[in-house]
Amino acid sequence: MSRSASQPMILIENVSKYFGAFRALDQVNLSVEAGEVLMIIGPSGSGKSTLLRCINHLEVPDAGRIVVDGITVNNNEAHINAVRAEVGMVFQRFELFPHLTVLENICLAQQKVRRRSRRESEQIAWQLLEKVGIPDQAHKHPGQLSGGQQQRVAIARSLAMQPKIMLFDEPTSALDPEMIKEVLDVMLALAAEGMTMVVVSHEMGFARNAANRVVFMDQGRIIEQGAPEAIFGAPQHERTKLFLSRILH
Amino acid sequence: MAIEHDQIIPSRPTVTWRTGLAQFPWWLVIILTIIIIMVLRIIFDPIHRDIFITILQGLGLTLYVTVVSFVLSLVLGLVLGLGRVAKNPILRNLAITYIEFIRGVPMLVLIFTISFAVVPLVARTFGLPNNAVSLTTRAIIALVLIYGAYIAEIFRAGIESIGRGQMEAARSLGMSHVQAMRYVILPQAVRNVLPALGNDLIAMLKDSSLVSVLGVREMTQVARLSVSTSFRYEETYFILTLFYLSLTLVLSLLLQLLQRRMRAKG
Ligand SMILES: Nc1ncnc2c1ncn2[C@@H]1O[C@H](COP(=O)(O)OP(=O)(O)OP(=O)(O)O)[C@@H](O)[C@H]1O
Ligand SMILES: [Mg+2]
Repeated sequence: MSRSASQPMILIENVSKYFGAFRALDQVNLSVEAGEVLMIIGPSGSGKSTLLRCINHLEVPDAGRIVVDGITVNNNEAHINAVRAEVGMVFQRFELFPHLTVLENICLAQQKVRRRSRRESEQIAWQLLEKVGIPDQAHKHPGQLSGGQQQRVAIARSLAMQPKIMLFDEPTSALDPEMIKEVLDVMLALAAEGMTMVVVSHEMGFARNAANRVVFMDQGRIIEQGAPEAIFGAPQHERTKLFLSRILH
Repeated sequence: MAIEHDQIIPSRPTVTWRTGLAQFPWWLVIILTIIIIMVLRIIFDPIHRDIFITILQGLGLTLYVTVVSFVLSLVLGLVLGLGRVAKNPILRNLAITYIEFIRGVPMLVLIFTISFAVVPLVARTFGLPNNAVSLTTRAIIALVLIYGAYIAEIFRAGIESIGRGQMEAARSLGMSHVQAMRYVILPQAVRNVLPALGNDLIAMLKDSSLVSVLGVREMTQVARLSVSTSFRYEETYFILTLFYLSLTLVLSLLLQLLQRRMRAKG
């Protein structure tokens, strides 16, 4: 079942996704190597989130095949849970559990899914809170934290499951400018440690400093991809140029 | 940097004596005055006192029927509410059928139907005699079956008030649907619907008077029986009214207090 060394960490083959008659993804092919940091950019509605959500089966593709770490994502509940255990996801709106403290947020899935003891899960939670720089907030509720702090807790919550892959869907776009850096710093550190990451974001700083490859999507398709310098410096397609001229101005 | 609580809550507008007078809960003063007058008459008039003591004998059963029925209808309501939002179309439609059925029939009619048609029917299929189930138990069964449907809708609204992202976050951490419901969605949903559930507890207290039609000797039935021999309609029904009014008033004040406590805790 597990991935052999030559296989990519994520393999996406001919994936299409429809919402009613609307085609959100159109025969997408993409592979992500272990340790790679892949960035997805593209205009609103181009299918970036949908593609990301197909990887951990929050959306079910209508056609094609997705293989994550050697496990084919299909409708089998056991396979889905096996994949989700390997894949962490960070959302634009954090989605922390507001009725739990920061510490409990990080421990819940560890205890219920990984079956770790309270002691062990809390120990891991404390380490991760150190890592994202907010151990002093452990006993607060998410509502008492700033956006940047909440997003760092969300990252810690995902990391506590010890995933092999982290998915980020616009992790900084709900944040005030002064808080973006603290979240990006955590992501940069993660990339430096060799985490396989797929990041939907328009943060140029992150693209330049951490991304190995940038994918440009439009209307459910991958229009072009390449190294950050190539995509940002010398885009080949008109639509890419148009899009970049809008966001880089 | 943490945002302090007192920064979020807007400071109270300054109260002038004029707005103070307008805001004062005069309704409460009026109701309390009525209650006090009634209480004084009960204390000083032997006829009132006798009737009060008579009805008091039904208080225990009123409270018993209310509390037991409410707790059980919370359970039924939760089960039905979860069925109502289930992805499985069979479960969902079963729940909707039941809820719509109950909500489409007057409560009094349902109390008759459940007590004198459904319960005997079920008893017979289990080979029990028609009178195997006591009238009080039938009353509780009827109230639970009825209120379960109403409370299910409260739970459904509560569950639907939690954004889709919470379920997705829980699932993306590897939790099963059931785990996500149990540990993430329901705790938030229940907290959101506590005020609505409190209202239904008060409604249950009042509707428990309907089971007097079954001959269950709760307050209303005791009052009716007493009137049928004493013919003191005015005194009896005013005092009965006083009982319910005081009970609902106390209950709603307690619920408000509880809510304020919970909100203070965050
Ligand atoms: N659950 C859904 N039901 C119907 N349509 C949907 C659903 N989810 C997404 N879509 C549609 O699919 C298209 C792609 O959506 P998606 O969220 O993947 O875009 P995106 O590239 O992430 O855009 P954005 O930058 O605005 O987040 C959009 O047109 C969107 O309206
Ligand atoms: Mg999106």
